[in-house]
Amino acid sequence: MPKIRYQGTHYDCTEHQSVLDVLLANQLAIPSSCRSGQCQTCLMQAISGKPPAAAQQGLKDTLKTQNYFLACSCIPQEDMEITLPDASDLRMKAIVKHIEKLSNEVVSICLQSDVPIAYRPGQFINLFRDENTARSYSLASLPDQDDCMQLHVRKVPGGRMTGWLHEEIACGTQVEISQAAGTCFYAPGNMEQPMLLIGTGTGLAPLYGIARDALSHGHKGEIRLFHGSMNRDGLYLHGALQALATEFANFRYFPCISNEAVNDPLITSGHVLDIAMQQHGNLSGWRVYLCGNPDMVKAARKKTFLGGAAMNDIYSDAFIPAQA
Amino acid sequence: MNQNLYHKLGGEAAVNAAVDIFYRKVLSDDRISEFFDDVDMESQAAKQKAFLTMAFGGPNNYNGMDMRRGHAHLVKRGLNDSHFDAVVENLAATLKELNVGGDLISEVAALCETTRNDVLGK
Repeated sequence: MPKIRYQGTHYDCTEHQSVLDVLLANQLAIPSSCRSGQCQTCLMQAISGKPPAAAQQGLKDTLKTQNYFLACSCIPQEDMEITLPDASDLRMKAIVKHIEKLSNEVVSICLQSDVPIAYRPGQFINLFRDENTARSYSLASLPDQDDCMQLHVRKVPGGRMTGWLHEEIACGTQVEISQAAGTCFYAPGNMEQPMLLIGTGTGLAPLYGIARDALSHGHKGEIRLFHGSMNRDGLYLHGALQALATEFANFRYFPCISNEAVNDPLITSGHVLDIAMQQHGNLSGWRVYLCGNPDMVKAARKKTFLGGAAMNDIYSDAFIPAQA
Repeated sequence: MNQNLYHKLGGEAAVNAAVDIFYRKVLSDDRISEFFDDVDMESQAAKQKAFLTMAFGGPNNYNGMDMRRGHAHLVKRGLNDSHFDAVVENLAATLKELNVGGDLISEVAALCETTRNDVLGK
């Protein structure tokens, strides 16, 4: 089996073991979060040896050519010497400019980076608490309209980042962030195409960015945003989305509550995916965006595809919880 | 590779037109959907595209060993002749939906048939 060399020491890999598995098993501190090749927190660089293609999936071409790879998805095919990326290359400093409570569980955090970073609404950045703790957050803001990068952060009971983000950081706190990544964003073109957006919880953050981005590009087709929450408190952009629907005739907002009695005629009772699919039996020709709970996203990808949406028209971002 | 068949079917454009229809059919077919119900739908779709290219007589690098290796884990899960037949049936239905003539559909089915023993590990 191939060997990996890290900080001057060789480590043996067993079959099917990822680079991340090997390093963590040897008590080495390597940042990681989703451990399924999505969040890019465990980004490393190969000094020698070629990372397999599967370990570079989703990375920017510039990173691929420099032999960056994701440790969690890297089953080495040959001996590799690897290193953690030089933080100064890939991480940037940002200042917390604004914090706003959106609901009992969700706060909006606005960040301004030293050097403006290029991003599309709906992409995500990694926010570092310290050298080894980082989490991915989607961008709800528009780079050409909003001064800051806006994240929606939900309280995760007992979460390592949550306490810090909700209680310790304040305006003026300096943080480190990664470049923006991810493929779930609005691509201008095909302006008449109807769009269906379905999200649960803070899956609304990317969808809010995507909807506003499409509208600001002058998208003509209908845009329907379904937001699902357990309770009324979780519909944390209710007012802003209603205002957006008033402003744009082709934008409609469908709030859904799954776990609490509903006495508002504007809110539908039930699971957001069921409700969205009941109203959209035929999705042939639609563009679809799905964000939030991984089980919902997985089920929704299949249902919208079987409902007629083309594979290339389905964009999704599953919010995979950090693995302990 | 059967350039003539691939050309008559419409080449890569035909594969692109067929892949979503075909994948939707196999995912909805209770006899075989479990073999296609991958977490990663995009990589599944890429596999279907490679399969269709091969079945249409297009350029491919498949050989018998690849077919065996690639399907061994499915054979362990019970993949058998009835599933193979169902896949070919769905492919024929896909082509019919795209208004491909019966004689060309038979050619595609015959091309699939040449892979049966390798796919099923016989």
